[in-house]
Amino acid sequence: MSFPWAKEYTPQNGLTKFFDEKLPLPRFVYNAVGAGYPVPRNLSYFWNFGVLAGFFLVLQIVTGVVLAMHYASNTQVAFASVEHIMRDVNWGWLMRYTHANGASFFFVVIYIHIFRGLFYASYKPPREMIWLIGVVIFLLMMATAFMGYVLPWGQMSFWGAQVITGLFEAIPLVGPPLKTWLLGGFAPDNAALNRFFSLHFLLPFVIAGAVILHIWALHIPGSSNPTGVEVKGESDTLPFHPYYTAKDGFGLGIALLVFMTFVFFLPNTLGHPDNYIEANPLSTPALIVPEWYFYPFYAILRAFTFDFILPAKLWGVLAMFSAILVWFFLPWLDKGPVRSGHYRPLFRKFFWFGLIPTMAMLFYLGGAPAHEPYVMLSQIFTAYYFLHFLVILPIISSIERPDPLPYSITEAVLGSDKKAVLGENAEPVAT
Amino acid sequence: MASTTGNADATPDVNDGVEGEDGVRRRDFINIAAVSAAGVGGLAVLLPLVSQMAPSADVLAESTTELDISALDVGQSIKAVFRKQPIFVRRLTPAEIEAANAVDVSALRDPATLDEITKPGHGDVLVVMGVCTHLGCVPLGAQEGENKGEFGGYFCPCHGSHYDTAARIRKGPAPTNLAVPDYEFTSDTTIVIG
Ligand code: FES
Repeated sequence: MSFPWAKEYTPQNGLTKFFDEKLPLPRFVYNAVGAGYPVPRNLSYFWNFGVLAGFFLVLQIVTGVVLAMHYASNTQVAFASVEHIMRDVNWGWLMRYTHANGASFFFVVIYIHIFRGLFYASYKPPREMIWLIGVVIFLLMMATAFMGYVLPWGQMSFWGAQVITGLFEAIPLVGPPLKTWLLGGFAPDNAALNRFFSLHFLLPFVIAGAVILHIWALHIPGSSNPTGVEVKGESDTLPFHPYYTAKDGFGLGIALLVFMTFVFFLPNTLGHPDNYIEANPLSTPALIVPEWYFYPFYAILRAFTFDFILPAKLWGVLAMFSAILVWFFLPWLDKGPVRSGHYRPLFRKFFWFGLIPTMAMLFYLGGAPAHEPYVMLSQIFTAYYFLHFLVILPIISSIERPDPLPYSITEAVLGSDKKAVLGENAEPVAT
Repeated sequence: MASTTGNADATPDVNDGVEGEDGVRRRDFINIAAVSAAGVGGLAVLLPLVSQMAPSADVLAESTTELDISALDVGQSIKAVFRKQPIFVRRLTPAEIEAANAVDVSALRDPATLDEITKPGHGDVLVVMGVCTHLGCVPLGAQEGENKGEFGGYFCPCHGSHYDTAARIRKGPAPTNLAVPDYEFTSDTTIVIG
């Protein structure tokens, strides 16, 4: 793929020539994230978050592999082995705090990345496949993070595992045997801990594979951009390297400053204190909450407190999964011809005053205790969440009158006197 | 087509590509047979891979528990462990039995009478799993001084499920009564669970 004006890789010396002939990996990298990948010239800092997500994936894999060298996945010693990492292993505390906070930051970055996609409607043709793979990556991340949280075998680990696997019990008929099969027992125990460790080690590499597909699919149409107008000519793009490697590098520096502030000064702020109590199958903590990044979906799960044809518990489970599955249908639910929220006045209002406050409230409610007024609020915002995607979005996208789009990315950046610019020599066309 | 392979395309008159006397092409037959054999083999490989995740023999071996309830006085409960899960045994007071029997069973979410929940001749011994049927928390009420909920049985603090003195769900999100494990009385004061 790529645009015809993309720079071509030229091996400089004997060694790179040798490689280019036998295994053109340097060429592949050059075309994927080097000077050979032309990118719209107007990307904002919101376009940094894909690279940041990639960085945190690598960080999690590196620190995770290190932690696995010291951790023991046995219920007798798992909790102690985590403390052993914290106290005895050289730099173990740094590895563990980096890994634990790294998971949180991975989700921060991914949520911004997803909401960037939602605002700029990046899921629209021709980029549907990128979006679909992205949702799959998000689901894989959730599974990985959930199993990772079980490994320290603290109270929240244990009861989180109990509650989440308990969800499967809601499935009619096969539910209870399915739960027993998933856990390898009748409650979370050694069998469950071991398989969660095995899968927690495996899934990040599956994610890495899915990320490669995500980027592959991205390189067919090329990156989107804040105007939503497709690239029309060479003057609309810049080579990824050095322009965006520099911009992403700067963004990464800022992200690392914030991240390291947490690792060094607030390492337990995003965790739950109860997880420093060893798992006790006979006593439930007063308030069971998942990790903060699951709060919106946990709030949706708990919003269903009434039976209606199906039992309340099954509704909750179905709604929780549907809340993510609905994202798979976005490319077809949003029918508007224009992508970017900047040129969609109605869409933009519902995004900023509907979807964003709803998500913020669901984040808050997922961590709140399960009584009034929180239950009712969860119900209201859950209702809006589904209304937004299933009703409001299809309607506004078919009735709204978008603002006029700039002719090209170049025009959006440089003003209307630079209109149709098809190549360096072709500009300007009119004079 | 490479000439060295000498395949059916190049030499259509060998038996491979043509119909036999019964109208079946040999190549089709071989394809179907090979794919079926691979499919059956694949399924056979899948079976152990799936089955290994089910509870192992030692986990299943833990699945009986013997309890001596001779020391259990009227109105008292004990918490025991069965399959690594808590189990509640309570000797009901006459008032609790009366309260349980006074309920209109048909109006319950999960209709059951106290007699159906307990064993014949031991209507005062209530044996249930201490696992909330909502999302699996351990309800309160089995220990002295714990909150027994609005119906005097068990109360799950996680999302507020109230169970009555027959461990039936009366209020809150839990879909069913607390589960009754398989158990029997081997003597008047001994029960074997599992
Ligand atoms: S787990 Fe008991 S009420 Fe939810």
